[in-house]
Amino acid sequence: MTTTPLRMPATDARRTRSRGAERPSPVATAILLLGALYCLLPVLWVVTASTKNGAELFSTFTFSPSTHLWDNFIALTQYRNGLFWRWMLNTAIYAGVGALVSTFVSSLSGYVLAKFQFPGKGVVFTVLLMGVLVPGVILAIPQYFLLAQIGLTNTYWAVLLPQLISPYGIYLARIYAAAAVPTDVVEAGRTEGAGEFRIFLRLALPMMAPGLVTIFLFQFVAIWNNFMLPYIMLGDDHLFPITVGLSGLLNQGATVPALYTLVITGALLSIIPLIILFLVLQRFWKVDLAAGAVKA
Amino acid sequence: MTSPAVATSPRIAPSSASRRRATRVQRVAIPYTMLAPAIVLFVLFMAAPILYTVVLSFQTVRVSGLGLGAADKKLIFAGLDNYISALSDPQFVASVVRVLAYGAILIPVMLGLALVFALLLDSRRSRATKFSRVAIFLPYAVPAVISSLLWGFLYLPGISPVVYILNALHISAPNILEPNLVIFAIANIALWGGVGFNMIVIYTALRAIPSDIYEAARIDGATESQIAWRIKVPIILPSLIMTGLFSIIATLQVFSEPTTLRPLTNSLSTSWTPLMKVYRDAFIRNDIYSAAATSVVIALGTFALSFVFLRIVQRRAFGQEDS
Repeated sequence: MTTTPLRMPATDARRTRSRGAERPSPVATAILLLGALYCLLPVLWVVTASTKNGAELFSTFTFSPSTHLWDNFIALTQYRNGLFWRWMLNTAIYAGVGALVSTFVSSLSGYVLAKFQFPGKGVVFTVLLMGVLVPGVILAIPQYFLLAQIGLTNTYWAVLLPQLISPYGIYLARIYAAAAVPTDVVEAGRTEGAGEFRIFLRLALPMMAPGLVTIFLFQFVAIWNNFMLPYIMLGDDHLFPITVGLSGLLNQGATVPALYTLVITGALLSIIPLIILFLVLQRFWKVDLAAGAVKA
Repeated sequence: MTSPAVATSPRIAPSSASRRRATRVQRVAIPYTMLAPAIVLFVLFMAAPILYTVVLSFQTVRVSGLGLGAADKKLIFAGLDNYISALSDPQFVASVVRVLAYGAILIPVMLGLALVFALLLDSRRSRATKFSRVAIFLPYAVPAVISSLLWGFLYLPGISPVVYILNALHISAPNILEPNLVIFAIANIALWGGVGFNMIVIYTALRAIPSDIYEAARIDGATESQIAWRIKVPIILPSLIMTGLFSIIATLQVFSEPTTLRPLTNSLSTSWTPLMKVYRDAFIRNDIYSAAATSVVIALGTFALSFVFLRIVQRRAFGQEDS
């Protein structure tokens, strides 16, 4: 008897509250916009700074633009016969080819670990997963000495090969294969008499595709970001990726300040393709580390 | 090839029977053949370097005679000598303390901000969420070297907008690149690069919570902030733990940021972080044996922290597949 009259105000209260909850909160929005401003500020700076010449860099206000963008661009392009563009190309090769091959290896391994039962599976997975925990940078030095013994240091291979194995990629691929590839489909493929590798290529791989984009992006960013490995492996600056190249240029800038404008213009040009790639593929960045799930 | 629709038919029975007939050899050979690329790469580029580092860490070169010819240098077993000298090296101890302080500054701020941003993105009362999400995540696309470079210039007194504003107000501005403050300068670079990624991880976890849970709370009269702290945060706690552990692992490896900043300041020594010291010992001092011992110490320290990670991950992640 008491419940009936009490229900009405409760429903009313909910209605007003839920309306209240949807009322915009200026504080919440302001905090988010401040965060966005903090994250965009250095990008905004590099855009304006690359329009300044060497003198203006230190004399005019930080964010006031100038008119020398084209001059800086030409100077950078002409620097040692286009070395900068060579670095860009190298980066594309290291990160692009490396991430592509790595994603394929990861997806194949993840698929096998998710869909096959075989002796030693637990051990193989645990050992591979332990690789997630081994800091890549700690491996770089022994990798250098091992590759030096077969004469592969200071080549493209020295930077490409060690980054083809991605324990984290295998881990993600296993989760993705388990969730996205129904065992029935694999069984049906076998019934039709298809080979296991063919089943993987034709049936499993397309089903895993959205997750594979995420794995690709992860590895791409990881290789692009990896500074220590190429820094150690490469001596010839024609093989440098952009990160090592610009870092070296900054180092020389300590004695030749004219190089600073080149470094800044180079930094701007190098992040443009990444930011574009990033915005285009934004929806694939949905990562739940705890559940290990990639939700695409 | 068959369509997925056919797959659900009862034809599975004969196929699993035929699979049972497959020879034992095949059942082992096929998965291992398919795993071969990963296993070979793992052995060559992870297992072998680790093993090699461990072997090196127990060796040293004894120089006899004048030490001029190759014959005078002999590789000998060093026992724990390299480890003892690594652990008792004041520069190494200082670099570890520095990195721990760096982590203590960076990780709470980064994860705290990431959590606040993620909760605000998930809140129904926030506006401009799509723009903010993309903007805050954007620095993740910028490699650490480039972000160090951008911030490095922004720290220079001649460029820094903060110094410019303070000078305009006739306040003397501190130089953030001086020895006592440079740790904050580097933490800020890592914060800038990392807060968005962690925010996305937490936000993804928040989006996975079914919204009827909130409806129930709202009927009971809970406010948005009560829902956030009492319901959302406890549910996404595992994500927070994971981001925390990944951040700890990354912190111990900090190398790119201080190495890139070095040309712009005198405040950073060549052994500012443990990995910088390893690099210097191996390539500048050519003492790969002590560098190897130091690497092993860093790796073991990382492992000790990561062990917790494995326990959490393996328990949570693989409930969904057939075993």
